[in-house]
Amino acid sequence: MADLTTKTIAQLRDGMRAKEFSAAEVFDQYFTRAENSRALNAFVRFNVELAWDQVKASDERIAKGEARPLEGIPMGIKDLFCTEGLETNAASRILYGFRPPYESTVSQNLLDDGAVFMGKLNLDEFAMGSSNETSAHGPAINPWRREGEETKLTPGGSSGGSAAAVAARLCAGATATDTGGSIRQPAALTATVGLKPTYGRCSRWGIVAFASSLDQAGPIAKDVRDSAILLNSMAGYDPKDSTSIDRPVPDYEQAIAGGVKGMKIGIPKEYRLDGMSQEISDLWTKSAKLLEEQGAEIVEVSLPLTKYALPVYYIVAPAEASSNLARYDGVKYGVRVEDDNIHEMYKKTRGEGFGAEVKRRLMIGTYVLSAGYYDAYYLRAQRVRKKIAMEMAAAFEQVDLLLTPSSPSAAFGLGEKSADPIEMYLNDVFTVTANLAGVPGISIPGGLDAQGLPLGLQLIAPAFGEETMIRGAAALEEAIGFNAQPTEWWR
Amino acid sequence: MSLDESTVKKVANLARIAIADEEVPHLMNELNGILGWIEQLQEVDIEGVEAMTSSVEVALPMRDDVLADGPTGGGQPQAVTKNAPKSDDHFFVVPKVVE
Repeated sequence: MADLTTKTIAQLRDGMRAKEFSAAEVFDQYFTRAENSRALNAFVRFNVELAWDQVKASDERIAKGEARPLEGIPMGIKDLFCTEGLETNAASRILYGFRPPYESTVSQNLLDDGAVFMGKLNLDEFAMGSSNETSAHGPAINPWRREGEETKLTPGGSSGGSAAAVAARLCAGATATDTGGSIRQPAALTATVGLKPTYGRCSRWGIVAFASSLDQAGPIAKDVRDSAILLNSMAGYDPKDSTSIDRPVPDYEQAIAGGVKGMKIGIPKEYRLDGMSQEISDLWTKSAKLLEEQGAEIVEVSLPLTKYALPVYYIVAPAEASSNLARYDGVKYGVRVEDDNIHEMYKKTRGEGFGAEVKRRLMIGTYVLSAGYYDAYYLRAQRVRKKIAMEMAAAFEQVDLLLTPSSPSAAFGLGEKSADPIEMYLNDVFTVTANLAGVPGISIPGGLDAQGLPLGLQLIAPAFGEETMIRGAAALEEAIGFNAQPTEWWR
Repeated sequence: MSLDESTVKKVANLARIAIADEEVPHLMNELNGILGWIEQLQEVDIEGVEAMTSSVEVALPMRDDVLADGPTGGGQPQAVTKNAPKSDDHFFVVPKVVE
């Protein structure tokens, strides 16, 4: 039998329906591969028994001609999505043993469309990190390595497990979340496609909350078409999330064929950072040229407030996190460190349960919200954020899409950037503005650098411009023709 | 603005996070590094700009004031307390707070 793990979701879907292979054969190949790839630390928990029941049901449905859109597609679920009865701990010791009595809306949508859940994927603790190194389970490892080296590299973060698993073909597609770049940066570092939708497009209900005004779920997939197929199922209105938008979900897969002829694509000049590597700069220029050859018009745009986006983020996100994570108190779920005094019990539980980065952010958040500092930090940040969003909206009056690099560097070695928090935060310099403005962004593989590591390109669209964005991304993907695969050193 | 050691301890207490005394100097340096970096926002002119409270311009939806069905509804004390480190007869158990 052919290696089914090389197939895209679209190919698996069509092949199963044409009875070329069964859902059981697909699952068996993916699962065997995932089990033999534990060295990547991408999956933190498998869901074997339940998954096999789903697979059998899928094959019965396919036989009856009743296949749903994702029937029998093996997926990995970031361990930030609550899965009913299956432990969900957000890679935090404080949530060890938590078995949600409910299913997140996004994962339920996928189940309703026939997807099979192989298990839960690694991430930075509570999605706070850009390298997976804050995970209580230890980091997921990037399947890509520098040519001729054995240094373990980060798959990025926070959705590093999702990106590593898709890049290593351990699952056909994965769920992920993006608060400041957590879908797009890992996708860029692993040569996968990561799509962050418009804020409100996918329900946040049942996703462990980090920064509620920024968090958004989306897919990581092998190619643009697969990301569109997954978004079709993940997106939709949910009354259980008060910020969910009641707006019809178009068929995103249909958007792929359109091409970029006549589109105006903006190059934000402030994204050309001092010290940007020549390779990333060249790749950016080359990809703009490719889009131009396809009939797009390339326009330089100016977003002078770009440099303030990360500082705004590092006030707003920790502030919201400090409020959201107040719920971990050793009373309702997770672990408790006992003390006779309730305040000491809270403090010990949180002191031992949270990792260093989470504590750092909770303290920053607590400080910027505390009496006397609220106006100077939090309120000011929210006003600068408004200006950034307005500047972005003005840019989209001139252009249909923005083209930028996805991350300032290729994958780096584990431990290389963990000493300095701010250096780590700079990973999100190209992605975070989309979160502040609430607009969608997608990262696609752009090419390999001199060391053989993937580099990503990002397209950003105005709110609810996913179709245009997917159209642009598919055209660029085809023009680039990226088809490199990591060497399988880990099996 | 920069934090001194006593402010770090105060903030940790507000955040209900136990930190050891020997962690304080290191944490103080890290927090001050981050706060120094975000200080650059002071140079942005925000005159006349309202704070952004939502990235999508929609009014918050209202719902009927009735108990929902399903996981957000009521009548499920067992499910609610199932994950508690300590519970008794559908109550969360905490250290004694009233003398």
